[in-house]
Amino acid sequence: MSKYTEDDLREELKTKEYEYGFYTDIESEKFPNGVNEDIVRAISKKKNEPEWMTEWRLEAFRVWLKMEEPEWANVHYKKPSFQDISYYSAPKKKPKLNSLDEVDPEMLATFEKLGISLLEQKRLANVAIDIVMDSVSVATTFKETLAEKGIIFMPISEAIQEHPELVKKYIGSVVPTTDNFYAALNSAVFSDGSFCYIPKGVRCPMELSTYFRINESGTGQFERTLVVADKGSYVSYLEGCTAPQRDENQLHAAVVELIALDDAEIKYSTVQNWFPGDAEGKGGVFNFVTKRGICENNAKISWTQVETGSAVTWKYPSCILKGNNSVGEFYSIAVTNNYQQADTGTKMIHLGKNTKSTIISKGISAGKSQNSYRGLVQIGSRAENARNFSQCDSLLMGNECGAHTFPYIETKNKSAQIEHEATTSKIGEDQLFYCNQRGIDTEKAIALIVNGFSKEVLNKLPMEFAVEAQKLLEISLEGSVG
Amino acid sequence: MLKIENLHAQIEDKSILKGLNLEVKAGEIHAIMGPNGAGKSTLASVIAGKEEYEVTSGLIELNGEDINELAPEERAHAGVFLSFQYPVEIPGVTVTNFVKTSINESRKAQGLEDMPAKEMLQKIREKSELLEIDRKFLSRSLNEGFSGGEKKRNEIFQMAMLEPKLAILDETDSGLDIDALRIVANGVNKLKSKDNAVIVITHYQRLLNYITPDFVHVLHDGKIVKTGDASLALELEAKGYDWIKEEVNS
Repeated sequence: MSKYTEDDLREELKTKEYEYGFYTDIESEKFPNGVNEDIVRAISKKKNEPEWMTEWRLEAFRVWLKMEEPEWANVHYKKPSFQDISYYSAPKKKPKLNSLDEVDPEMLATFEKLGISLLEQKRLANVAIDIVMDSVSVATTFKETLAEKGIIFMPISEAIQEHPELVKKYIGSVVPTTDNFYAALNSAVFSDGSFCYIPKGVRCPMELSTYFRINESGTGQFERTLVVADKGSYVSYLEGCTAPQRDENQLHAAVVELIALDDAEIKYSTVQNWFPGDAEGKGGVFNFVTKRGICENNAKISWTQVETGSAVTWKYPSCILKGNNSVGEFYSIAVTNNYQQADTGTKMIHLGKNTKSTIISKGISAGKSQNSYRGLVQIGSRAENARNFSQCDSLLMGNECGAHTFPYIETKNKSAQIEHEATTSKIGEDQLFYCNQRGIDTEKAIALIVNGFSKEVLNKLPMEFAVEAQKLLEISLEGSVG
Repeated sequence: MLKIENLHAQIEDKSILKGLNLEVKAGEIHAIMGPNGAGKSTLASVIAGKEEYEVTSGLIELNGEDINELAPEERAHAGVFLSFQYPVEIPGVTVTNFVKTSINESRKAQGLEDMPAKEMLQKIREKSELLEIDRKFLSRSLNEGFSGGEKKRNEIFQMAMLEPKLAILDETDSGLDIDALRIVANGVNKLKSKDNAVIVITHYQRLLNYITPDFVHVLHDGKIVKTGDASLALELEAKGYDWIKEEVNS
């Protein structure tokens, strides 16, 4: 028998693929429904991943098989059938439109209200852009500036190829594959996402945003984001988009991991506006996200989120304050209207000495929606002088919605100082009449009151994002009173 | 300016105004006095268009236009201003932001552009000086943690900024110490012109020492039962309201 060459191996692999049947149509955009080890392998292969990555995925998949979908959250929905989902589809090709006239007028009206530029409207609606200053050239200039500083910002699938040592070192280091049901599934089947590395001592000169590469990545339903800030560096990262995002995928299970090494700072801002379902509660995206960051000595991680979309939201951006003097922050606005349900909050795990955390959560419920804050503050036995301040405010509109707060506090160190404040208020007839009497109509009055209520969190967002987020709050609550 | 004829109004089937007549001309100050429960605050709310109150019959006209069907904000755009007895708190919304929104919404209703920032600033400076308001006060959340006197002064500040045609001051004197009372009254007097009118609703005549009314009306059981000049207020102060009730009942 002649020597077994690499070519032979390749040949054999090819035939094997045929054996499994689902590779016959290699050009196909979509895998058959369902998930098993072969599907996981096929995803990995499609991405041309090294073996360690394939193994990592498989391990996650095996763990996932033994896990059960969590039921402790204060949300009720019909569980998705995991074997009825296709776990890989190539970046979606939306139909190209020739002009804005072909775009859904309702969508255009929303763009208008958000104050999105005409160019941006075209990009979002996938209208061909024929002006020289298109998003591609913007993105190119942007990449050059980053490269000069040694900053890596690329799809995670590319990073696995180009910077395997970094990805291998950090992926799963904050959210292990065994962490929870959705994180395990994500680890097994993630399609793509973003990778970002800021070298030692570098201050990233601009807000990094997935916006710049949303087209090339085609953000999938299992997105994976990994941000590493090396010692003494700083980065502000923006995720999401205020424009409404409709998607035929009902289930979204993303994982975001942040690593802030000594003296580094990461600011991570999200505006989430997935399709929330219609006014009767039909349709809508299930958003089950695991977001967590780890802080080494003197490091700081700050999560800011504005959650207005999704039918069901299950999301707890957290900080592990491992290093001494590290700081974790969580600022959140969660809006629910109609039949939306949100169970969101944070976990602050204090392990190092003199660690500090701040939680400001603002829940706004309208319609028949349910809005829950769930948070854990945990002080480890060695976390001398740890401090936490939590504030959870709820604003109710109408009589049919609900606001709930589930704060958990666990402390194993007597020197800890923990403060928790909570308020619940309702937009009153008296407040509305007062505004009306000053010439402000009810819709505008609600926007004013809601923005006032959310101000502490809106102030934490980067400027342009804050303006859009403010408008988004108004739109999300339109028609919710009177 | 304002013409009210045979006005009947009720809240939750409880009838409160029972055939009220009142005419206020531009350039006039009217005081409406009366015992508790006579319907003074109801009258203010009904003119401003508060929805809980139902007008069952009668007429309310502003500058010849029937305003009974107008929403409260439309009445505000037409120039009606109510200084609230109990101003509400709006956390996170600064006094400046609120006033700015208020002015620009009214301008929008009249087909005007937003007031230029420079002009707005100038006006805020001028009116806050008039009412001896510390500028720091303007960046606080509306009425949140304000003392009684600060709330009332803030109401008059808004009135100064909005320059209404018809201002209704509902118990503006309650909760004011003597200095604040003087400042508020002084502000009202300076804002008074031949083109606007003021209705002062009060239980006591204290405020009328500073704001001299052209007419004093006594409201009793949902009707104006007596009208006089400023001296009537003094008479009420000295004799109380009982003699009015007796006069009405006899």
